[in-house]
Amino acid sequence: MASPESAVNGPTMTAGAASKSLRNAFGGVIAFIILVLIGVLAFSIRLFSVIKYESVIHEFDPYFNYRVTQFLSKNGIYDFWNWFDDRTWYPLGRVIGGTVYPGLTLTAGTIWKVVNSLNIPLSVETVCVFTAPIFSAFASWAAYLLTKEVKGPGAGLTAAALLAMVPSYISRSVAGSYDNEAVAIFALVFTFYLYIKTLNTGSLFYATLNALAYFYMVCSWGGYTFIINLIPMHVLLCIVTGRYSSRLYIAYAPLVVLGTLLASLVPVVGFNAVLTSEHFASFLVFIIIHVVALAYYIKGILSPKMFKVAVTLVVSVGLAVCCAVIAILIAVVASSPTKGWSGRSLTLLDPTYASKYIPIIASVSEHQPPTWPSYFMDINVLAFLVPAGIIACFMPLTDSSSFVILYIVTSVYFSGVMVRLMLVLAPAACILSGIALSEAFNVLTRSIKFQLPGIAGNPSIAVRMWRIMSTSKENGSSTVVAPNDIPKTEEAAKEKPAKKNRKKEKENVEKKPTPSKTEKRLLVLPLEASVIAVLLLVLLGAFYVVHCVWAAAEAYSAPSIVLTSHSNDGGLHVFDDFREAYSWLSHNTDVDDKVASWWDYGYQTTAMANRTVLVDNNTWNNTHIATVGTAMSSPEKQAWEIFHSLDVKYVLVVFGGVVGYPSDDINKFLWMVRIGGGVFPHIKEPDYLRDGQYRIDAQATPTMLNCLMYKLSYFRFVETDGKGFDRVRRTEIGKKHFKLTHFEEVFTTHHWMVRIYKLKPQRNRIRGKTKKSKSSRSVSSKRDVRGKRNPWH
Amino acid sequence: MGRSSTVKETQALFQSLRSAYAATPNNLKIIDVFVGFAVLTAIIQVVYMAVVGSFPFNSFLSGVLSCIGTAVLAVCLRIQVNKDNKEFKDVAPERAFADFILCNLVLHLVIMNFMG
Repeated sequence: MASPESAVNGPTMTAGAASKSLRNAFGGVIAFIILVLIGVLAFSIRLFSVIKYESVIHEFDPYFNYRVTQFLSKNGIYDFWNWFDDRTWYPLGRVIGGTVYPGLTLTAGTIWKVVNSLNIPLSVETVCVFTAPIFSAFASWAAYLLTKEVKGPGAGLTAAALLAMVPSYISRSVAGSYDNEAVAIFALVFTFYLYIKTLNTGSLFYATLNALAYFYMVCSWGGYTFIINLIPMHVLLCIVTGRYSSRLYIAYAPLVVLGTLLASLVPVVGFNAVLTSEHFASFLVFIIIHVVALAYYIKGILSPKMFKVAVTLVVSVGLAVCCAVIAILIAVVASSPTKGWSGRSLTLLDPTYASKYIPIIASVSEHQPPTWPSYFMDINVLAFLVPAGIIACFMPLTDSSSFVILYIVTSVYFSGVMVRLMLVLAPAACILSGIALSEAFNVLTRSIKFQLPGIAGNPSIAVRMWRIMSTSKENGSSTVVAPNDIPKTEEAAKEKPAKKNRKKEKENVEKKPTPSKTEKRLLVLPLEASVIAVLLLVLLGAFYVVHCVWAAAEAYSAPSIVLTSHSNDGGLHVFDDFREAYSWLSHNTDVDDKVASWWDYGYQTTAMANRTVLVDNNTWNNTHIATVGTAMSSPEKQAWEIFHSLDVKYVLVVFGGVVGYPSDDINKFLWMVRIGGGVFPHIKEPDYLRDGQYRIDAQATPTMLNCLMYKLSYFRFVETDGKGFDRVRRTEIGKKHFKLTHFEEVFTTHHWMVRIYKLKPQRNRIRGKTKKSKSSRSVSSKRDVRGKRNPWH
Repeated sequence: MGRSSTVKETQALFQSLRSAYAATPNNLKIIDVFVGFAVLTAIIQVVYMAVVGSFPFNSFLSGVLSCIGTAVLAVCLRIQVNKDNKEFKDVAPERAFADFILCNLVLHLVIMNFMG
């Protein structure tokens, strides 16, 4: 039986091996070309904003990063590391070197330096604008590598293609969105890839690279705590499900030690890497894995009877020690008021925490929970491919596929808490959908290949297929497919009998004893169903691509510093008011003048207008923001006094009533009242609401109609249309004709969107106040009386 | 009665542990001694910190973590060099040692930077 088999096997095997290696090489070249194309796709789909508007930095946070990168490129890295910024948070200042995540700025600065040293004259702004698309291409390649480790190259290519286009990732990495996530998502996926690679190969070299990639992630984004909690969770899961192996130890233990050290190197994190609760999980699992490793080692060198004795001894002694240690740990952690977690992390665990205790975190729109339609908008088709991917990961369940399942489950939970974290869900969804699509295509194309009639030499192909699959089952003997089976397949060329024969042959094969390996039942579907299914899957992919391109072009490419609208005859009307106001500020005021505005505009004011501001988007000092909020909610005189005590010269207000811009300061006013009222109790929110409703028309409360924000927004507003109709609130305003006593208007932009006011200087003499007091009351005592009431003197 | 049997059992346990451990090859025993030395150094540093106080904290952290780091890396080397481990039989011991050296280099570079 064996010799004719081997004689037949011989020439076909060598020819098969040669053609197999040729096919492998060809496949490798095609995979490489596909990866390059995926990178080009990821880069170019993010360029819509550059084409539609201009190459400009978007939003608010990227302006701060841009200013820091400018400083770095001008002054070098040592000055950047030790930079104390006195042009923001006046009069407190901000230590930039110690409070910024340096990864993004260092990356862009390095790229700028390298490119300029090669004599390619790119400006810092160009490098900043295009950093995000470049790193999204890198992130797609990292997703390919990660999924290849989990399932195989086909799944890897699909996952990379999906990640290149997924709208959730595009929204935070368009050209111009120069924010931490642009680089951090690449670092996240790359760190996970290196972890899985170390887990699969057990090589210490990859463990070192893993620690270095984790270091890059810590440098880039505050979301690194996700990694340092997910990996310990996965290690614990592997231990509990009995998948402990020495590769797991090599993958985890060096990462903890090296990773903690590297994380402490970054000034923002510093000693938080060992002191805050966010990192305790990694230390706990570090201890657990050492205990487990020791247990397995002792089990290996002892006989089973002795091992039982050892276990009883250790359990009785160790349990008492463990309880004591855990009790001490709980006491230490519970004695701190927030139990050692930072405010944002607590919001993740208890979604209602922020609204109760920290209004600033609750007021940011990115920190709200997402709505259901936003899932479909942001990950589209992947939303229902993910469950199929989870099932595909269970067949078979390996260490790496269990990691991917854990990743998707945790990221789905966190994305349900904060909209901003949909970004962490996107790579997981792409990986699982790539696995699902790849497995589906495998089954369908295999069914088509087996049942396609009329291909020359079909039976020999079938025999070769069976041989390859049977050797892959490690049966060892080559008597799996007997020669007398070949005529059977030749006879039954029809579909259904052919299917039955193959099933019979499968059962013949499986009767050979293979106790250790589970037999891989190869699924074969009917031919027409497979063809239609392949076509439908391709159509699904087409819908996904169309949606992604639409989302990138229409929804996520707005720079939000330049607004556009289409007029009735199809023309484009551009609202460039913000930049108009900032350039007015930079040309018409002194360099040392202080500008007060709500914290949203702080970064843009320092970056574009180059003026000192009181508060900006970093929002690290709640009391200072509450001071500004109180000033905006107070009547003119009190507001003047607050601003005067802070040396403010100009006040900037954003107003959208003339053009219908909905994100103006009047719409944000309630947050100013809430935050101000949280620190200064004389500001009470019900004073500004009529019947619990927020209004600015004739029914508004007098406190509302007299506050600084109302006056600065609606000063001279009746002159625009005669009636004072506010397009955003859709009513006529309450108080239409009034004068400003302590402020004077210096600039209003073209569409009335930004209005700048100057503080009037203090009067030299008091008129009309000394009439009543004839004798002893002097001017200075009057000022003292005034000073006692005001908490800022 | 039960007590003396447990005492006898523990004695038999330690006896079998000692005999099983004596059978390990010499190169693994050298690595084990090195691991023990590193852990002992870490414990000494922690005791010293408890006596003297933890300022400057970064020096204490870098000292303790360098000891624990070398211990962990030595254990990884032992895992890879151990001939009884079937998962690593195609990894040459020279390759394992080179990885060990590389990882130690990175670790000590970070330590020297962090020590202050």
